[in-house]
Formats: sequence, C-alpha cells, structure tokens
Amino acid sequence: MAGMFAWGHMGGFWSNQPVRVALVVGGGAALVCAVVGLSTVMRRQAFAGHALADVSGAGGSASFLLGINPLFGFLGMAAAAAGVMEWAQVREARERDLLTGVVLGAGLGLAALLLYLDMTVRNVSGAAITVLFGSMFTIPPSIVPVALTVAAAALGASALVFRPLLVSTLSVDLARAQGASVRTIALIHALALALAVSLAAMTVGAILSTALLIGPAAAALQVARRPATALALAVLIGLAAAWGGIALAYQSYYWTAGHGWPVSFFIVMLIVCAYLVASAAARRRAGSSATAPRSGCQEH
Amino acid sequence: MFSAFMLHAWIVATLVAVAAGCVGFFVVARRAAFAAHALPLGAFPGAAAASLMGVNELWGLAGFAVLGVLVIGQLQRAGRREIASALWLTSALALGVLLLGLSGRYAQSVYGLLFGDLLGIDTRQMAVVAAFSGLTVALVAWVGRPLLLDSLSSELASAAGARARALEFVFLGILALSTAIAVPVVGALLVFSLMVGPASAARACTDRPWRSLAIAVGICLATVWSAIALAYVTNWPVGFFVGMLSAVCYVAGRLRGGAVALAQVA
Repeated sequence: MAGMFAWGHMGGFWSNQPVRVALVVGGGAALVCAVVGLSTVMRRQAFAGHALADVSGAGGSASFLLGINPLFGFLGMAAAAAGVMEWAQVREARERDLLTGVVLGAGLGLAALLLYLDMTVRNVSGAAITVLFGSMFTIPPSIVPVALTVAAAALGASALVFRPLLVSTLSVDLARAQGASVRTIALIHALALALAVSLAAMTVGAILSTALLIGPAAAALQVARRPATALALAVLIGLAAAWGGIALAYQSYYWTAGHGWPVSFFIVMLIVCAYLVASAAARRRAGSSATAPRSGCQEH
Repeated sequence: MFSAFMLHAWIVATLVAVAAGCVGFFVVARRAAFAAHALPLGAFPGAAAASLMGVNELWGLAGFAVLGVLVIGQLQRAGRREIASALWLTSALALGVLLLGLSGRYAQSVYGLLFGDLLGIDTRQMAVVAAFSGLTVALVAWVGRPLLLDSLSSELASAAGARARALEFVFLGILALSTAIAVPVVGALLVFSLMVGPASAARACTDRPWRSLAIAVGICLATVWSAIALAYVTNWPVGFFVGMLSAVCYVAGRLRGGAVALAQVA
C-alpha cells in the first residue's frame, strides 16, 4: 500500500499494446464527446444524449448476436434512434422529454431481449457488462482506424454546423433570417451526436458514456464566458479525464493484488470532480462580482 | 401461467404497476422523465454495496435512493435538473461497476438488477414491495393536490402557500422510494418504462387530472399483465414487452390526441 500513489509502476505503461489502443480510442471518444457535448448541453438535450447512448447499447448487444464489429452495432442503433427523435419533430419541451423517455424505454427493452438472446443463443455471458459498462483494455487494435474515422466524421459534422447551431439555439428566427435551414442543422447535429455517443459507448460503455458527453461540457459552461473558451476547456477536461482514468486504472492493478479497478469508474469520478470544482469556481466568482453576466448554463 | 411460482410475480407486478401509474402521472406533468430514469437506475449500486458489507440488499437500495434525491436536489440548485440527473446517474453507476467488480458478483446479478427477475420472488420481498407501494399511494393522496398545482403553475402554488423547493424534494422522494424498492424484483429499466408510456397515453384520454391518473394506473396494469403473459408464452424477458407496450401506448396517445384536435378544428 505504500506505493499506492507513487508512480513507480508506470514502466510498462507506454509499451503495453492494450493501453496504447485504449489511449487512442479513449482520447478520440473524449475529444469528440466534449465538442458535441457542448452544443448538446446548450441545446438542453442532455437527456436525449443519454437516451441515445443507452439505446445504442441494444445495437452493441445485437452485434454479439450477429457476429459483426460492435462499433457498427452501436452506431446503427444510435443513428436509428436519433432519426426517430428528429423525425418526430417535437417542439414543446414537455413532449420532447416524454418522447425521449419512450424511445429510451423501448430501446432498453430491446437491449434486454438481445442480451437475453446473447446469453441463451450465443452463450456470451459477459455481454451485459461489456455493452453497458465498457471494457477499454479489451478493445481489439483492428478497431482503431474505424474508430478514428468515426471520430473525424463526428468532428467534421459538428464543425460544419457549430456556428449556425449556436445561433439557432439562441433564436430560431435569427437563424432563419441568416438563411440557415434549422431542420437540416438539427439533423446534422443529431447525426454527430449519434456518432459521438457510439464511440463513447465502445470505450466507457453505453450507460456511462453520458459522463463523457455531458460532464466536460457542463463543467466548461459553468466557468467559461465565450463559446471558444468553453470548447477549449471542455476538450481539456475530457482528455484529462480519459487519459487520467486509464493511467489510474493501470495503477490500480497494484492496489488490490492483480485485480484492476474499472477504467469507467476513474473516468467518471475525474469528470464529476471537474464539474464540482467548476461550479465552486463559478459560485465564488458570482459572489465576488455579483453584477457580472454569467454564462448560459446557469438559469434553471 | 397461474401456477404457484408465477403467483408472486403477478401480485408484485400488480403492486408495482399501481404505484408506477400514480407516480408516472406526476412524472409526465413535471417533465421529470430523466429523474425518473436516473433515480431507480442510480439506486442499483446500493444492492452491490449492501452485498459487499453483508447487510440486507433493501437497505442499500433505499440508502442510494435517498442519496440520489439529496444529490440531484443539491446539484440542481447550481445548474439544471437534467445535468444534475446525468451527473448523479453516471457517478452512481461508476460506483456500482467498481463495487460489483470488488464484490465479485458479476454478469448475472447485473442483468437481474437492470432488467428484472420476476421469478424467484419470495414472500418477504413481496411484503416489502406491498408496503412501499401502499406508502407511495398514500403519499400521492396526501401531497397530490399541491404537487399538481405546482406542476401546472408554480406561481399559483406559491401563491397558495406551497413551498416549491420542499415540494420538489417530496416529489423526488416519492419517485425514489417507490421505484428503488422494486428494483431487485422488476428491474431498474422496467419501472421507468411503466412510468412514462401509460401516463402519457392517459393524458390524451381526458382533460381532468384525477381521471387521467386513474386511467394511467389502468393502462399500467394492462401493460404489465400483458407483458407477463407474453413473457410466459415466449420465454423472452418481461422488460422487452413492457418497453415495447409502453411505446405503443405513447404512439396511440399521440394519434388519439391528434385525432381529437382535428375533430375540434373541423
């Protein structure tokens, strides 16, 4: 226990193949989630983002059954759910909340069935854990090119609509006046969200990918006053949490003899700490300058 | 289908459906679907913590449910409720993954806690679920009026002397206790589907709030009973049928609502 916090065990860290794959895929997922998460939080779509992640878990379960690359399973299901939610085109906030809940319930029901079939038909017993909570150190290296392509596509889609999305979040009429098609923008954003969420579901698992998506963005919006600062801060927090989590999980093999702690646990805890620090900082600043304008995340 | 070992499943599902219908009415009215998802799901690490410490599972679940209410209530003062729900949910689940890993109880117990295990319910579990369902219905009957007023118009409610913050805590408390206790029996995800779909369909049937609540309970019961029957016949998980039937309820409600609106225009 004496060496618990001494970084003496990091010798094999960089030369370890699963660790390197985890660093690349996890870093990519954190980066994409931070960027897409920022517009998701600003558009008040945190619940939708979480629902997409959970529903994508059904796709992950299906991939075990069909024997295809899990990333495509996650991706297909997330895209389908995002399509349903955008197609239903609900304007009123209460209806959007309900529709998201219903899609989530149906998707989870489907996940229950597919996981059950995984267990009975294919005899894959650990599928529930892998799909829902991720297993970063068992990602096959062959997935890296596909994962990086998905990450690049999500970043591209997000960059394409970031400005008009920001405008249409503030005022739909203003966006229309600038000649933007609000519907197309929303659709592209939903697609970017689906890509980001499936990538995160691969790494930290379907249920916990919400942390990567919402946490860094919400923390950044607590303290930043401009979109660019918020973006940089969210990316920084996301990457630090993902890589820090991997390093801590690697270390944890030495804490409890030969039996590591889950990576997802460390990543989520680091993100939650960042959020708490950010809100404390925001409160403190609000206390010292009560008249200063605060970022858009504050109102209830 | 009605043999002795299924009897407990029928009784427990009926009790849970009544409680879920009552609470679901307020979940829909207060736009709290995310909290309704986060509280029961966030309570599931409690079961793992309890088994690690060697105490009764129910204490762990109840403890985490109460903790969830406090954390969401506290966090939503600083930010928005959806952010608070997301952060509580993910940190609780992360803790759950860790505890499950440390306690060595793995895949099968996770599946049961998430998606439910209606078979193998013993009499003691049934009594606990009955007690908490009764408590939920009693609490709803007690605070239902101010809670409804607050959901429809918080200005009106505070004018009538209600305290919004206290009501929010009471609502989250009812939500947490009614759902968390049912988690080992029906699963965290099944409870959630039962709260959202039927109550949203009930809205389309009537404009009167209390009648809508009664209809929500009725649809909940129909959903759960059909789901168990279908699960018994096909041998597929109950959660699948509850999720799908709940979505069907919602779509039917939307279609009916649209038809009524059209008829009024014509």
